[in-house]
Amino acid sequence: MPTFVIKEKCDGCKGQDKTACMYICPHDLMYLDKDRMLAQNQEPDQCWECYSCVKICPQQAIEARPYADFVPMGGTSIPLRSSDSIMWTIKFRDGKLKRFKFPIRTTPEGSIKAYDGKPQPSEDDLDNNNLFTELGKELPSIS
Amino acid sequence: MVTPQENYQADFANNPVIEEVETDILIIGGGMSACGVAYESARWANGKYKITLVDKAAMDRSGAVAQGLSAINTYLGENTPEDYVKMVSNDLMGITRDDLVYDVGRHVDGTVQLFEEWGLPIWKQPGDEGKTLAEGGKPVRSGKWQVMINGESYKLIVAEAAKNALGIDNIIERCFIVKLLLDENEDNRIAGAVGFSARENKIYIFKAKTVFMGCGGAVNIFRPRSTGEGMGRAWYPVWNAGSTYAMAAQVGAEMTTMENRFVPARFKDGYGPVGAWFLLFKSKAINGLGEDYSETLKDMLKEYPPYPQNAAGVPATCLRNHLMLHEMKNGRGPILMDTPTGMANLSKNMDKKQIKHLEAEAWEDFLDMCIGQANVWAGMNIRPEESASELMPTEPYLLGSHAGACGIWVSGPSDIAPEEWQWGYNRMTTVKGLFTAGDGVGASGHKFSSGSFTEGRLAGKSAVQFTRDNDDFSPSLGHSKEELAAEVYRPFHNYLDSKDYTTDPMINPNYIRPRMVMFRLNKMMDEYVAGTSTYYTTSEKMMDQALHLLGMLKEDSLKMAAKDLHELLRAWENYHRIWTAEMHLRHIYFRKETRYPGFYYRSDYPKLDEENWKCFVNSRFDPKTEEWEMKKVPHKDLVPKP
Repeated sequence: MPTFVIKEKCDGCKGQDKTACMYICPHDLMYLDKDRMLAQNQEPDQCWECYSCVKICPQQAIEARPYADFVPMGGTSIPLRSSDSIMWTIKFRDGKLKRFKFPIRTTPEGSIKAYDGKPQPSEDDLDNNNLFTELGKELPSIS
Repeated sequence: MVTPQENYQADFANNPVIEEVETDILIIGGGMSACGVAYESARWANGKYKITLVDKAAMDRSGAVAQGLSAINTYLGENTPEDYVKMVSNDLMGITRDDLVYDVGRHVDGTVQLFEEWGLPIWKQPGDEGKTLAEGGKPVRSGKWQVMINGESYKLIVAEAAKNALGIDNIIERCFIVKLLLDENEDNRIAGAVGFSARENKIYIFKAKTVFMGCGGAVNIFRPRSTGEGMGRAWYPVWNAGSTYAMAAQVGAEMTTMENRFVPARFKDGYGPVGAWFLLFKSKAINGLGEDYSETLKDMLKEYPPYPQNAAGVPATCLRNHLMLHEMKNGRGPILMDTPTGMANLSKNMDKKQIKHLEAEAWEDFLDMCIGQANVWAGMNIRPEESASELMPTEPYLLGSHAGACGIWVSGPSDIAPEEWQWGYNRMTTVKGLFTAGDGVGASGHKFSSGSFTEGRLAGKSAVQFTRDNDDFSPSLGHSKEELAAEVYRPFHNYLDSKDYTTDPMINPNYIRPRMVMFRLNKMMDEYVAGTSTYYTTSEKMMDQALHLLGMLKEDSLKMAAKDLHELLRAWENYHRIWTAEMHLRHIYFRKETRYPGFYYRSDYPKLDEENWKCFVNSRFDPKTEEWEMKKVPHKDLVPKP
């Protein structure tokens, strides 16, 4: 299901310093037409359906349509991602709906301090097989 | 696909900005293993060495975990590293490096506990909900090695830690490295890399004492089963272009087990995960007649001792495929995952609320890591409690971190690896100063996300060790920056030189579009090198033809044309794919047996041959003579196997 951009909702991220969807797409698929200030998926048949652009779009202008070459029309999965959870609305071809909500992280975004409270190894320890969080620990070995 | 005309950027070729960067450690890639390298190396370097990370995408959503995951597949917990080594060996038909696998096994749990500390929600058993793993909280296991997670933001969390460790000024995103560079003065020593920005007219030339290569596995080597809009719905991430293998091989790194591949049997078309369905929701795969073929055909596996099953009674992944393919070939499809029976059995003793929870868990399995599969179900009105879903083995992928073992031959840990498997620095390749991890390390699969990050940490520590020991080394590239720029931008030059000859620049006799190069490779690999259209079967004669075609494709690949940066990215990705495909082909050609029935078959050597082929197949491309050398390398069991 390649992603597509809803024309009425996309503003080309003109208020931001960069376009969110172009920034995030792992496969470099999103393209901003600067004349129209509209984004589009420039290579839909290389879309992995990872939804990174759908989740990040500040206008909620991006959705995904199941791949036309094997999925019957009408089904969708629409996410609404907040800072600690994600809500999914699944719409079936027959119109029935299901909703699910899952947690996504237990700490505030941007709060990770990689080394707080972690040991600072000395250079001498570079020559053993312990990672810096395992200093002084006896490592198991194949007997 | 027609890219928007206004995006035309080939004029860049005439005036590139060339940025030269000198660094001590260059980390190429931004996925799980590269994040592990960043986290570990920055701590050991402690500001003394400059570390630079380049990612062709954005670290928050790059690599194989970009979309998220619903489970961490490697957490040892109550199991021993020896048990882990045995499981991995059995699943990969006996050809694995016990030293490397054991090493991941003994370090991985501490890493998973870090993920939890950073904010990754890990499911706990009733009563242990408030406890972390480190506090002794018991995880919900979907199998012997797996723990269930709420993993939508798994990669964002890990990337946040890695970025925080490294410092944002040391990270360059949207920079695609296309080639490694050897030192001018010293043989077989890494000195840097060259790449380009996917966003602006800029070529990057890196000089580095130490380089870590970690750009994932390879997808789109073979023609995918879906060739229309759904071509991008590969099981493994479609952006994994074999860059790790290609660039390492080009500078002469010894490769191993490149004949291996992974053909996952997954939900048809959407390629959604099946692990939780088998293990957590207790569903069975049945043939079109409703038979549990894994049971009725189990005698077929007696041909492949001692691999039919591990201690837990689970046959190797390829052998499970072997049975499924047998049913498909004999017209006993479609193969179905019997989800209604599994769910009915599970919910027998559940109340309404528990059943609803079970249903949510089943959907989350897809929504956390393969939303496309949820869409297939939505579009087809499939509700797992009501209707069964079709299974299908995918097109082949090359990788070293999941149930596959392609990769680079690396030095093992000093306290475990036998002498012939270590040359000083853990996870260093046979090229001095070049390290790898995750999909990059061969003959040691089943690392998955947590093991890849862990292995990245091991490589990160060694990279600092190497840098310290080589502090006085000054890399010398031996190419002018103009030469390198002309090579990186060659597809732009090809385009500019000929585009005005025809009325439609898409069709031109003087060049080939990157997309067509990929299609040519896909078709050739599919038809001659055991793709889906021959039921994964090949032979020496078929591969002779493939080698012939591949030679011409390699020549033509120098005529790839790009009109914009996006197409330039594709051109170089496809160049890496060609190299990766060639290694795969040469390794299958050399191994005269069928080691992985269910992943591929050699019709001329249909049997597993323990006597002659219980060994590694290694290869090396000599960058000076441009010749390939293939060899058998003796296998050793460090942990006794049944």
